[in-house]
Amino acid sequence: MTARTAPTAPTALTALTALTALTVAALTLREAGRRRVLRALAVMTLILLALSAWGFSRLDANFGTLTSGEARLAASQVLNLVMFGLSLIAALGTAFLAGPTLAGEIESGTALTMLARPVHRSAVLLGKWLGLVAFGGGYITMTGLTQLLIVWVTTGYWPPQPVNGLALLAAQAAVLLTLALMLSTVVSPMASGIVAVGLFGATWIAGVVGGVGHALGNEGMERVGTVSRVLLPTDGLWRGAMRGFQDPAVLAQFPAFDDFPFLSRTPLTAAYVGWTCVWIVLVLGLAGISFRRRDL
Amino acid sequence: MTRDTGAAERLLADLPPAPAVWCSGLRKRYRRQVAVDDVSFTVGRGEIVGLLGPNGAGKTTVIKILLGLIHPNAGDVLLLGRPARDPRARARVGYLPELFRYQPWLTAAEVLALHVRLAGVTVPVAERRECLDMVGLADRADDRVGGFSKGMQQRLGLAVALVARPELVVLDEPTSALDPIGRADVRDLLLSLRSRRVAVLLNSHLIGEVERVCDRVVILDRGRVAASGTLAELLGQRELRLRLDGVGADAEARLAATGRLTRAGDEFIVELPADQDAAPGDGAVPKLVADLVALGVRVHAVEPGRISLERRLLNILRADSGEDRR
Repeated sequence: MTARTAPTAPTALTALTALTALTVAALTLREAGRRRVLRALAVMTLILLALSAWGFSRLDANFGTLTSGEARLAASQVLNLVMFGLSLIAALGTAFLAGPTLAGEIESGTALTMLARPVHRSAVLLGKWLGLVAFGGGYITMTGLTQLLIVWVTTGYWPPQPVNGLALLAAQAAVLLTLALMLSTVVSPMASGIVAVGLFGATWIAGVVGGVGHALGNEGMERVGTVSRVLLPTDGLWRGAMRGFQDPAVLAQFPAFDDFPFLSRTPLTAAYVGWTCVWIVLVLGLAGISFRRRDL
Repeated sequence: MTRDTGAAERLLADLPPAPAVWCSGLRKRYRRQVAVDDVSFTVGRGEIVGLLGPNGAGKTTVIKILLGLIHPNAGDVLLLGRPARDPRARARVGYLPELFRYQPWLTAAEVLALHVRLAGVTVPVAERRECLDMVGLADRADDRVGGFSKGMQQRLGLAVALVARPELVVLDEPTSALDPIGRADVRDLLLSLRSRRVAVLLNSHLIGEVERVCDRVVILDRGRVAASGTLAELLGQRELRLRLDGVGADAEARLAATGRLTRAGDEFIVELPADQDAAPGDGAVPKLVADLVALGVRVHAVEPGRISLERRLLNILRADSGEDRR
C-alpha cells in the first residue's frame, strides 16, 4: 500500500469546500427558479401586491376625513399588515423549499451521486443554505421594495428605515429556513416544512400573548413572548422589521396603540441581533453534525 | 532537505500504484441486525470485480461504505491509495447507485456539468457530449431529466459515473432498467474500461453478465464474504456430461471415482477436480471413456464443460446455510 499523493494541503481543501458550497448554492438557486414553488410564490405575491395597491388607493380616497396623524397611522399600520403577509409568504416559501431540497434528495436518492463526489457534506449543506438565503433575501428585497413603492405612490408614506426593515425581514426568512434545513436532516421533507412553519406561527402567537401580558401587566404572560423570541428569533426580527416600517411619531401620538400586535414599541437591541447570528450558526452547525452522521 | 524530499517522491513514484479499492474488516450494524460483518477485499487497478450474493447479503451497504455514504462501525477503506474518510479519495471515483435519480429540473448536459464541477476536474464540453453519446443519449443532451424514462435515467447515470475521468467506477446494478441492447452496451462499456485500466466494482444480479466480464468475484452472504477469487479459482471445477446406457455397478463406481456424480436417467454429470484438465487430448477424459467402454457401457455423448458461476454460487450459498443450520 502506497500513498502517492501530496501531503494534505489545508488551503486546497478549503478551496474545494468553497467551490462545492458555491456550486451547490448556484444549483439551489436554479432549483428554486425552475420548480413550481417559485411560480406559486410569484402568483401569491402578485395577488398580495395587487390587493395592497387597491387597498392603499382606497385608503387614500378616505384620507379627506382623517387628520394627518390618523392618516399616517393608518398607512403605516396597513403597511405592517401587508408586510406581515409578505413575510408569511417568504417564510412559507423558503421553509417548504428548504425541507425538500435536502430531505427530498436523500429520500429520492439524488443525494447519493452528489455526495459520492469528493465533497464534504457540510460544504453541501452550507451551499444549500447560501442558495436558500440568497433566494429568500432576493425575494424579500424585490417584493418588499415594490410594496414600499406602492405605498409611497398611493399614500405618499415612506417608512423611516426601509433598509433595516427589509434586512430584518430577510433575516427572519433566513432563521426559518435554517430551522427547516436542520429539521430536514432528521425528518421527512414535508414534516420539516410543516414543523418549521408551525413553530414560526407558534412564536408569533407567543409574541402576541407577550404583548397582551404587557398591556395587562401580567409578567408571566409577558415572559412567554420574551422566551419564545429567544428560542426562535423569527418574531423578534419581525417586530424589529415593523419598527423600520412604522411612523415613529405614531406611538407618541397614540399611546393607546402601545400594545397593538402590528406595532413595535421598542427597537431591536444589538444583543438580540447578535443572538440571532449565534442562533443561526448554532442551528446550522447542528444541521451539519446531524447530516454528517446520517447514513444514506 | 529538498533533495531528500525529491528522492522520497521519486521512490514513491516508482512504487506500484495502490489498489483501486482496499477494505478490511468492514462491519455495519443496524440496531440488532448485523448487515455487514468482517468484509475485506481488494480491487486492483484495471480489474473488474463482481460483487455477488442473494438479496439482503449486504452488497449495496458495502458499496455505500466504500463511498463514504454509510459509516461503518468498524473497518478501514482506502480508495486509490487514500483513506476513504478523506473526501478527496473519491476525486477519481465514478458511481452509479442502485437507486438512480438525478435533478429532474436539469438537462442531461447540465447534470454532467454539475458532476464535473463537484469532482473538481475540467472536462471540455465536447468530451462531456462524447460521454452522453457513449450511453446513447447524445440527442437528448438538452432535454430535462424529468422527462426521461427509467432506462434513459440509468444510461444518464452511467454517463455521470464516467464523465469525470474516473480511475475506479462503482456500478450498483447498472442494467436493472435496461433492455437487452442496453445490457450488451454496458458489457462493451465495461470491457472498454478494462482496456483503459479503469477499475470496476460491479454489483449485479445477472450472473451471466458478471461471468462474462469480471476478472474476480466476491460472493457475499448474510453480510460476510462467503467466497472470493478469480473466475478460474472459483470455477476451476470442470464437469463432464455424459449420455450413457448399459451402466452397471462397476461402471458407476468408475464414474464416481473420477468425481462427484449426479445422474438423471441416462444423463451423468461428473464433477472433475480443479487440478484435472478436461481439455480435449488430455488423459483423464479419454481414459474414463475407454474404461467405460471396456466395462460394456455404450457411450452416446461426452461433453466436457465448466461449472457455471450460477451453479457455483448456489453451491456456495447452500453450503453456507447448511453450515449455519448445523
